[in-house]
Amino acid sequence: MSDVHRTIEAVWRIESTRLIAAIARVSRDVGIAEELAQDALVAALEQWPEDGIPQNPAAWLMTAAKRRAIDYLRRGRLLEQKHEEVARELEFRQQQLADAMDQALDQVVDDDVLRLIFTACHPVVAMEGRIALTLRLVCGLSTTEIARAFLVPEKTMGQRIFRAKKTLSEAHVPFETPRGDELRRRVDSVLSVVYLIFNEGYTATSGDEWMRPALCADALRLGRILFGLLPGESEVCALLALMELQASRTAARRGRNGEAVLLLEQDRSLWDYSQIQRGIAALAHAQELGGGAGNYALQAAIVACHARARTAEETDWERIVLLYDALRRISPSPVVALNRAVAVGFAHGPAAGLAAVDELLREPALADYHLLPGIRGDLLMKLGRFPEAREEIERAVAMTRNLREQELLTKKLHQMPK
Amino acid sequence: MRFMMIVIPKGYEKAAPDAGPNAEQVTKMMQYNKSLQKAGVLLALDGLLPPSAGARVSYADGKPTVTDGPFPEAKEVVGGYWIIQVRSREEAIEWAKRAPMSNNEIIEVRQIHEMGDFPEDVQKAAEGFTDLPNAAAARP
Repeated sequence: MSDVHRTIEAVWRIESTRLIAAIARVSRDVGIAEELAQDALVAALEQWPEDGIPQNPAAWLMTAAKRRAIDYLRRGRLLEQKHEEVARELEFRQQQLADAMDQALDQVVDDDVLRLIFTACHPVVAMEGRIALTLRLVCGLSTTEIARAFLVPEKTMGQRIFRAKKTLSEAHVPFETPRGDELRRRVDSVLSVVYLIFNEGYTATSGDEWMRPALCADALRLGRILFGLLPGESEVCALLALMELQASRTAARRGRNGEAVLLLEQDRSLWDYSQIQRGIAALAHAQELGGGAGNYALQAAIVACHARARTAEETDWERIVLLYDALRRISPSPVVALNRAVAVGFAHGPAAGLAAVDELLREPALADYHLLPGIRGDLLMKLGRFPEAREEIERAVAMTRNLREQELLTKKLHQMPK
Repeated sequence: MRFMMIVIPKGYEKAAPDAGPNAEQVTKMMQYNKSLQKAGVLLALDGLLPPSAGARVSYADGKPTVTDGPFPEAKEVVGGYWIIQVRSREEAIEWAKRAPMSNNEIIEVRQIHEMGDFPEDVQKAAEGFTDLPNAAAARP
């Protein structure tokens, strides 16, 4: 890629969100807005390498997109009206339309960006479509980049994005910020999209890649954008805290040979303490907003317990158990219960932990979850029940698709006394 | 990737200890900071007092010698910085190009070395890093 192309890519990444949001305000359709903005990008790719990068690339892109948007709207109006309007009248209306658009597009407001995010994360679209649309429309990623991040062929990702845009268009999803109770539900949808993007980057579910830090960085960026747009929503702030605190461990999660290093074995000097500070500050802010008992806030508080401990031994497991109890009350889930069981094992000993895990053995949602036998095996090992432990860890190896986790479990098998 | 955008303001090497930006400059700067924040890329920022209010500790013979500011030999001094998280060096440069700077001022764009990038022996040497005040501040 040439320098100019890399620069265009960077400009696109900075400007595309506001560009798409501004056009969508006029076109009322994010799919069309994105296509028109893309056309402007194509024009830049053609002209900038020849003419050089313009002084104000943002304004250049906006002008190019505006021209295309006006053309697009004219075509639409022409089709509707060609039989009933005389030519002169039509020309006059076009001018009016162009002026109106000029005005609308000159003042991109933050609300437009917020509307764009709410629309991309609309529950009418399947979750994988919401994720892809958000990365494309809000983070300025290309289809190729998104496909690579999610380890699917580019064609598949292209179709996914196409379907998502089509669904939004067919459902006539309005380009607006929801209000009242609807707002709460829609914020939840947006936050789950952001957190899924983060987790896709943090723990790859398959393949030999342990994590893809760029996706984590994109999710964090989304979190910060949302925090700026919805400063009073405590869960937005809490999710940002949770992601900052988790991402702070990135450098410590990989060993010298790329192998996975679990939380308690990590070299804590590799944690990013400025990121931990940001996370803890964001959590405190969420608590000040009155959201300390929210889902993401409780999860963040649990991660913060680890972040505050100088060594694994100093971890306040009692507090973690209490936080998991609170989390279980507001969002009961078998995975939360399993994590709580792990904390119980540390706070009250492996026998208590095993008892808590065994309560979950019949849980259908955990039937295919490799962490269940992994954790059970670990606790059995601590209790000196090696043959049973071995059996459980072997089951866990067979159940995980992540090569790094397989390695980790296999290592544990080798270390166990016969 | 994280980058530090280092501001090198013209004439700041000679500025009086109490020199500060005027209201107009501050307004422009606030707008720019806001745009970094809205884009979700801003991690930290600070402005520094002029060098005339600072000191230099130099190690000519390996021993520290303290000189109070200003420093007549300095042609360029740091006035402040932003730390941003972006996808590429080009993106960092694009952000630097948008900053409201005056004639002949400079922004130096430098990538931050991430701890995980250091070789094993350097990482080992950095152990105990958690005891630094920076880390302590994270533990209320």
